[in-house]
Amino acid sequence: MTEMIRIRDLAKRFGSIHAVDGISFAVAKGEVLGFLGPNGAGKSTTMKMITGFLQPSAGSAEVCGFDVERQPLEVKRRIGYLPEGAPAYGDMTPLSFLEFCADVRRLSGADRRAKIEAAVEKTTLQGVLYQPVDTLSKGFKRRVGLAQALLHDPEVLILDEPTDGLDPNQKHEVRSLIHGMARDKAIIISTHILEEVDALCSRAVVIASGRIVADGTPGQLEARSRLHNAVTVRLKNPADAAALRAALAGQPGIAGIEENGAEATVLPAGGQPILAIVDGALRDKAIAVEEIKVERGRLDEVFRSVTAKPKSNDTGKRG
Amino acid sequence: MGIWAIFKRELASYFLTPLAYIFIVIFLVLTATFTFFVGGFFDRGQADLQTFFSFHPWLYLFLTPAIAMRLWAEERKSGTLELLLTLPVSVASTVLGKFLAAWVFAGIALALTFPIWITVNYLGSPDNGVILASYIGSFLMAGAYLALGSALSATTQNQVIAFVLTAAVGVLFVSFGSSMVQSFFTGWAPAGLLEALRGFSFLTHFQDITRGVIDLRDFVFFVTVIAAFLWATVLLVDLKKGR
Repeated sequence: MTEMIRIRDLAKRFGSIHAVDGISFAVAKGEVLGFLGPNGAGKSTTMKMITGFLQPSAGSAEVCGFDVERQPLEVKRRIGYLPEGAPAYGDMTPLSFLEFCADVRRLSGADRRAKIEAAVEKTTLQGVLYQPVDTLSKGFKRRVGLAQALLHDPEVLILDEPTDGLDPNQKHEVRSLIHGMARDKAIIISTHILEEVDALCSRAVVIASGRIVADGTPGQLEARSRLHNAVTVRLKNPADAAALRAALAGQPGIAGIEENGAEATVLPAGGQPILAIVDGALRDKAIAVEEIKVERGRLDEVFRSVTAKPKSNDTGKRG
Repeated sequence: MGIWAIFKRELASYFLTPLAYIFIVIFLVLTATFTFFVGGFFDRGQADLQTFFSFHPWLYLFLTPAIAMRLWAEERKSGTLELLLTLPVSVASTVLGKFLAAWVFAGIALALTFPIWITVNYLGSPDNGVILASYIGSFLMAGAYLALGSALSATTQNQVIAFVLTAAVGVLFVSFGSSMVQSFFTGWAPAGLLEALRGFSFLTHFQDITRGVIDLRDFVFFVTVIAAFLWATVLLVDLKKGR
């Protein structure tokens, strides 16, 4: 595993506001890092520093061994970046826009043509190549931005909310596109959509108020949920819930039961597997069930619990 | 090359909107109007283009801000600045590429006044050396206005503000040399200050050129002003991009 991105104690202050407050992590080739956090947590600011748009107030960022502040052009050559909101020149057509990016990146001749064609194909822009970007739908605009980021087949991709504003089909397409490229690149995507993390990311970093509050695989994060390894049963007869409660009361390893209509969720103590205990209790009391499932834990719940602000220090809108 | 790509895109973008054509038409109509009606081109009975060139400093005053206002304000407003500055080109190259596009565009408008040069040659035998020098001087002066506009465009997201700021500061640069401002200072201000103010005026340097006094220093002045404002643009773009 080679580290493609390494940031150390990165910080950014805007006046008295600490938008990013000492963040460190590394991303290796083949990893897709999901960058999560509430609005204003510092996700975009961190990305802007890695891509060399903003100068860090402290700390450093390295891409493929090049320091962003000392060798910005080397870094920028190796990064494909989709800024927040996927900006593009509105009066240009997607084709002329991609040609411009290819020229700036010094692609020429057959290579230039092949790369533009490949980027167009990956983002299925063929139908709108000659329409001004301003006249395109939100989904197409986002794909133009993605095409621009992928154009030079970069080793590192930094995508700020790549699926924001897309419909479910388009989201699926973009996800499979990213998934398909993941093997030989290092990718950072920021998102609010937690299912995306499950579907796409090999690792998730959660930040809040400019600090990292959780860092691990989606599975590890889910394990921090109080629902991790909980067992949810749907009873044929809701009246049996009391019997189930009685059977499980006092059993070691059981933390409690939450009832919700015909469904009862049995919570484990310490996240230990409890399926066997619940199953035993159901058989003992001969309670009929329609469905039984083991919960993996819910990312949204973990997300809320780790990003909930202990004190109110809203930093305003600065993604 | 990065500069070349930026230059090409920027120049092409002028012609993607009606702005370019409107600008060129207005510029040509105004130069002709001022030369023939206000300046009395025919009444003077002289085969030269002094009347034509004498209005350039004032025309540029409000026409060049219209070219320069979008250079950075628009990029900042639409968010493309972030895209542009994360491409592998230095800020200096980007500033230069954009400026050159605006300058070449102004050059195209200026070049399209060539019929008047032909006319004056048809009517008499002017000093074509002076006319050529005046054209070069006018082009350099346009560059100075545009460099000023570029720097001020980098300070705002709003093109209208960029326009007004550039025109306002432009007035200062022109009027330092005008007889009105000069006579205001004459008598009480030290002669040195008067000279210094004159020295900073676009008008003074340009008039020297069009009168046929070809002094390299006048050309150097404009080149220096261009370089200074482009350098300021680089600083301002860097300074303001985070906000």
